[in-house]
Amino acid sequence: MSFLEIQVDEKRFGERIVLKDLRLALARGEILSLVGPSGCGKSTLLSIVAGLDRQVRAAVRLDGAPIAGQGVGDGIGFVFQEPRLFPWLDVGRNIAFGNTGSRGSGGTAVTAPDIEALLAEVGLAGYAAHLPRQLSGGQAQRVAIARGLHTRPRVLLMDEPFSAVDAITRIKLQDLLARVARERGLTVLLVTHDIDEAVQLSDSIVLLDRQPGPPRTRIDVNAALGTARPRARGDARAARLKADILAMLEAEAAA
Amino acid sequence: MNTRVLDIPVARGRRRRLAGIPLAWALPLILPALLLGGAELAVRGGLLPANLMPPPSEVARTLAWLAGHGLGAHVAASTARVAAGFLCGAGIAVLLGSLVALERRAAAVLEPTLQALRAIPSLAWVPLLLLWFGIDELPKLLLIAIGAFFPVYTGVVSGFGGVDRKLVEVGQLYRLAPAALVRRVLLPAAMPAILTGLRTGLSLAWMFMVAAELIAATRGLGYLLSDGRETSRADIVLAAIVLLALLGKLSDMGMVALERRLLSWRDDFSGARGRGGKAGGSAA
Repeated sequence: MSFLEIQVDEKRFGERIVLKDLRLALARGEILSLVGPSGCGKSTLLSIVAGLDRQVRAAVRLDGAPIAGQGVGDGIGFVFQEPRLFPWLDVGRNIAFGNTGSRGSGGTAVTAPDIEALLAEVGLAGYAAHLPRQLSGGQAQRVAIARGLHTRPRVLLMDEPFSAVDAITRIKLQDLLARVARERGLTVLLVTHDIDEAVQLSDSIVLLDRQPGPPRTRIDVNAALGTARPRARGDARAARLKADILAMLEAEAAA
Repeated sequence: MNTRVLDIPVARGRRRRLAGIPLAWALPLILPALLLGGAELAVRGGLLPANLMPPPSEVARTLAWLAGHGLGAHVAASTARVAAGFLCGAGIAVLLGSLVALERRAAAVLEPTLQALRAIPSLAWVPLLLLWFGIDELPKLLLIAIGAFFPVYTGVVSGFGGVDRKLVEVGQLYRLAPAALVRRVLLPAAMPAILTGLRTGLSLAWMFMVAAELIAATRGLGYLLSDGRETSRADIVLAAIVLLALLGKLSDMGMVALERRLLSWRDDFSGARGRGGKAGGSAA
């Protein structure tokens, strides 16, 4: 049995069917990238798994137990495309936002050891008292990742998490994710537009079509490249795999 | 640790002085000084009639004389009316505004009526208030409360309505209960607009206090204004105007200080200007 099982029978926005008969299964510790054209329902799928979208016929099982509609906390963490930090909370309080006991603004900074450890893990040691406006885009996204990790999730859902930063920062954040996922044994469902990113980071890549239905293609990246994660960048086989995926996406777009 | 140093231009500005006074203090004083000096000279030179435009020095003497003859009671009466009227109006506005912004059904019931009432110029209520409640304290407080109500109400409604959906989604992701979502996400996010509404409401409360006191009062700055006109004492009228300006400015400065304190997290132009080099310092 798979660790994370997702089954979406049907998801509509009004008359338009976005997702239909979609099944995804992730093994424990697997990183799976969802790649596909805009509007194919990738982000919607993440919202469904996170319990943000409840107007849907779907079932999500984590380690055999149903979790759909539960939000984060039951082993699920979420990182959005934008950092989405609360500008009135300092970095420490943003990370600890899920703590029901933590208050809003005011009082002394949250410098609990677990926050400091998380900040060190994402490369921002000593930033707990900073406000979001004092951070660069890449730093803010590191804080968002730390917030996603704070609930000690077993599954991390990521919605194009590195698409809004510059190329160098993106590579650093990708390396951060690869390291954190390996160290924590995280299962990651990553939505991305960036095929390089998918090839670099994932164990499997699933191509979603604009036409709703079961995904046609699932690529075992480890088998295709002959190497397991973490991978060196600039591998020739990775470039070939990228070209193949692009060809598949173009064929789908032309069809 | 790399920190952004924002205080260099400010520090350089602080060193500039005009006649020994820091430039930041001197610049705003230039225009009032010119106007007052010009008025003084124009009246003394006979360009302006002294009975209509008393020279600033005489207004100052009148103020000093009034201070020994019940000015404190006038100021206290007006300030108490503004405070009471503003607290009532703003308090009800915050309650109704939150209800309309957060409860769809309450909005359906209340919003059309409140919008219709808002279209009435608030001074149109004066005759009705006088008819109903006579010339006692109550109609004055009600008028001030009505004046303060609508800016605060509008600020609260637009503040909650303008909260970034993406931040609300984060709150939902963490399964916040409705009350916690309001307290931890919606209220802080709406706070800038709410404070702007409160600030506008307070300045309107001063305006409506004057209107109420001009109509019927035996004490207060509005009474001084109307008494000065009836006794052809332009110096008393001007003295009351000066006091109204000072009190209005003082209360507004209080609101600005509250804004600075509550919204120090804001990352915008006015915040960066007011804050100066603090961002660099706190990062060290």
